[in-house]
Amino acid sequence: MALIETENLSFTYPSGMKPAVEDISISIEKGDFVVLTGPSGCGKTTLCRCFNGLIPHFYGGKLEGNITVAGYNVAKCLVYELARHVGLVFQNPENQLFALSVEKDVAFGLENCGMPRDDMRKRVDWALQMTGIEELRERAPHELSGGQQQRVAIACVLAMQPEVMVFDEPTSFLDPLGAQKIFEVINDLNKELGITVILVEHRLDLASRYANHVIVMNEGKIVLDGEPHKVFNSERARLIGVGIPKATRLYQILRENGLKLSKVPINSEEASQFLRKILTHD
Amino acid sequence: MIEVKDVYFTYPNGIGALKGVSITIQNGDFVAIMGQNGAGKTTLVKHFNGLLKPTKGKVLVDGVNTRDISVARLARKVGFVFQNPDHQLFCETVEDETSFALKNFGYKPNIIERRVTWALNLLSLTQYRKTSPFMLSGGERKRVALASVLASDPKIVILDEPTIGQDHQQKEKLRQFITQLRAQKKTVVIVTHDVEFVAECNPRVVLMTEGKIVADGRANKILTNYNLVTKASLVPPQVTQIFMKLSDLGLPTNVIDVYEARKVFLNSLEGS
Amino acid sequence: MSVFDGLKFRKVSSPVHNLDPRVKFFFVCVLFVVAVMFFQLLPLLVLFFVPIPFVLVARVKREWIRSLKGASMLAFIIFFFNFIFNYIYNEYPNIPSASLIEYSVAMTLRFVVLVETFSVFFLTTSPDLLGLALEQSHVPYEFCFAFTTAVRFVPVLADEAQTIMDAQKSRGLELERGNFLKRIKNYIPILIPLIVSAIRRSLELAEAMESRAWGATEKRTNLYVLRLGKTDYALAFTSIFMLVVAILVWRFVPIPPLSVILSFLQL
Repeated sequence: MALIETENLSFTYPSGMKPAVEDISISIEKGDFVVLTGPSGCGKTTLCRCFNGLIPHFYGGKLEGNITVAGYNVAKCLVYELARHVGLVFQNPENQLFALSVEKDVAFGLENCGMPRDDMRKRVDWALQMTGIEELRERAPHELSGGQQQRVAIACVLAMQPEVMVFDEPTSFLDPLGAQKIFEVINDLNKELGITVILVEHRLDLASRYANHVIVMNEGKIVLDGEPHKVFNSERARLIGVGIPKATRLYQILRENGLKLSKVPINSEEASQFLRKILTHD
Repeated sequence: MIEVKDVYFTYPNGIGALKGVSITIQNGDFVAIMGQNGAGKTTLVKHFNGLLKPTKGKVLVDGVNTRDISVARLARKVGFVFQNPDHQLFCETVEDETSFALKNFGYKPNIIERRVTWALNLLSLTQYRKTSPFMLSGGERKRVALASVLASDPKIVILDEPTIGQDHQQKEKLRQFITQLRAQKKTVVIVTHDVEFVAECNPRVVLMTEGKIVADGRANKILTNYNLVTKASLVPPQVTQIFMKLSDLGLPTNVIDVYEARKVFLNSLEGS
Repeated sequence: MSVFDGLKFRKVSSPVHNLDPRVKFFFVCVLFVVAVMFFQLLPLLVLFFVPIPFVLVARVKREWIRSLKGASMLAFIIFFFNFIFNYIYNEYPNIPSASLIEYSVAMTLRFVVLVETFSVFFLTTSPDLLGLALEQSHVPYEFCFAFTTAVRFVPVLADEAQTIMDAQKSRGLELERGNFLKRIKNYIPILIPLIVSAIRRSLELAEAMESRAWGATEKRTNLYVLRLGKTDYALAFTSIFMLVVAILVWRFVPIPPLSVILSFLQL
C-alpha cells in the first residue's frame, strides 16, 4: 500500500459554501518527492492540512471520503499522534517559531511528546546538523534572516523524525539563492533519509528538478498527476496557468517551429543537453 | 524625476542600510531594484516618497528636496504599494478603501467618485465595490491595495515585492498592468528578487548589495552576468542558464526571454 | 519604535547573567523588603550602593543608567511632594529643617533603590530563563509559553506597526493633524490592520503548535533545566544574611539622622 492514499476525498470548511477540495484520489509512494502546484486558491493548502490531520480536527468542517497517511486513518487519529509521522512546514517562517532560541524551538515538539532530556539533546543536535544550522543554536529567531528561519522551521519538524514532510510554499519570502538552498536541504532529506516530501510551490523553475511526481490542482480538484516531464508538457498545465519551467516552455515553442528535441526538458541541464545534441549533430 | 545624490542612511539602531547611493530615475522609466533580502532595496525606495530621510546626502523628487515636503504632499506624486495588502486595508468596503487617500488629499466628492470608479475599473474590481476587503481572496486584496494607491493618479508608482506569493497567472496580470501604466507615461519602480518576472519584463535593473548599487543597466545585460547575479544572492533566469551552458558552441549568453531564445537558437542553427 | 528597543533582550554572558533567575529574584525581593523597612537616609544610602557591583560585573552600565534617567522625573516628583506635604502637615512655619530634607531624600532614595534593583534584574535575566524559572516553579506551562511567546513577538509586532504606519502615511494619512479627538481617530487605520494581522498570526501559530504535537502528553519534558550552582547558593545565603541583619538593625539599633552624624563628625 502507498504511504499516502486518498479516495474521493472532499472537504468543506465550516464557513464554506462549496468544498475547498473535491473528489481527490491520489496515492503517494514512500520516498516520493512530490511537487504540488496550481493557481492560488486551488485548494493546495487545504490538502496539506488534510495530510497531518489539522483538517478535520483543528478546522472542523465536513470531511468525506478516505485518507490514510502512514497507515493511519486521518479522520480517526489525533493531530498530535500524526505529528510524529507527518511534519508540516508553513509559508511564513516567522509564525511557526515560538521560542527565544533556535535550540529550544527545535526541541518544542519533542518536549510536547515527553521525550527524556538526553535523547532530546541528541535528536536536536542531529536535526540542527542535518539542516546545517548548528552555529545558530543559541540565536533568537527574530535575529535570523528569512532563509535561516525557514531552515530552523525545517529542523523543528525534522526533529520529530517524521516519515512524511509537507512544505507549504516554504520559499515565497526568500530570495532565489536562499530558496535554492532550502530546496537543496529538502532534497537531501528526501534522498539521504528517504523522507517522503510533498512540496507546494509556484516557482517551478527552481523546484521541479528535484521531483519525481507532480500533482496539479485547479478549483479544488486534481487535474494532472504523474511524472514531471509528462505533466509539465501537458497543454492543460499551461492553460490553467501553471508557471511551467522555462526550459519546458522553450521546448514547446521550438516545436511550433517544427523542431523536436529528443525529450521534454524540465530544467536547464536537460534543455542545454538536448539543444547541444541538435546543434552538434549538424 | 527622482534624483538620489550620494545618500547614506543609518537606522536608529545603528545599522547602516544605505552607504553612498546615487541614482537618477527619469520620467517614464521602468526600473526594477533587485538584490538579496536586507540589501537596502526597500530602504532606498522609502526615500522616494519621504518615508525615510537620508542621514547624509539628498533625494530630489521633481527638483524638490524630500526634507522640505511632507510625506502626505509627496504621496500625491509618488504612490507606494506595500508588499502585504493586509498592512493597509482597514475600511468596511472596497470603495471606502479606494477613496481613503483621495479624502486625505482633500479632493471634492465628485472627483473622488470619478477617480474611484476609474481605479476599480482599471483593476477589474467594480463588482466588489460594496464588498468588505476582508472577504476577498489574497490576489484580490492585493489589487484593492493597488487601486487604493492608483486612485490618486500618482506620476510615480512604487511596487514593493509585488510578485511574492503570486501564482503565474497573477504575475501575468501584473505584468500587463505595468505595461498599461507605462502607456500612461507613468514612472514605475518595482522592488523584487523575482528573476523570472524581471526577465519577462526586461526593465532597467538596479542591482544592490549591502547598501550599495553594484550594477545598473538593462535586465538582459545585468541578469546574464553570472558573477554579479550570484553576488546579489540571485540566480540567472532559466533561459540564461541554458545558454550559459551552451556558450562553448558560440551561442550568446545574454538571452533572458524564451521567445528571444527561440530566435537566437534558430538563427544559430541556420548559420551552422 | 525606540520604545520597544529596551524590550529586545540581547544575549550576553556574565556571572550575573548566568545566575539562576529564581535566586536573583529572591535577592531583588530582599532588597525590596529591606528598602521598605527603613525610612532613614543612612540605611537607604547603603542599599543604593548594593546593586552597583552587579551592574559593573554584568557590564550593563549604559542601559542601567538609561533606566535610572527614565525614572528621574518621577523621583523628583516624589521628592517634591514629600517635601511639600510634610512641610504643611507638620506645620513648620520656619525655614525647612535639615531633617525634613533628609526625610524627603530618603523617600526618594527608597524609590530609586526599587527601580535600580528591578532594572538590574530585567537587564540581566533573559526572558528564556525567566520562562524556564516560571515553569520549574510549577506555574502552568500554558502561562509560561504565553509569556515567552509574547516576549518573542514584541519586536516582530513593533516592526509590523512601523510598516503599517508607513503604508498609511503613503496614502496621505497624517497622524499629527487635528485636535485631540481627531488625533485618536487618526490611529484607526493603523490599529485595525495591526489587530487583524495579529489575529491571523495567532491562528497560524496555533496551527504550527498543533502540527508539532502540542498537548501530546501531560508530562512535558524540557530541553533545559535550571540547576543551582555555587554562586547561586552564595547569593542566596548573602540575601538571607542581609535580611537577618536588616531585621536586627531595624528592631534593636536606633539609627540617627545623617545630619546628626555629620554635625557630630564636625565636632
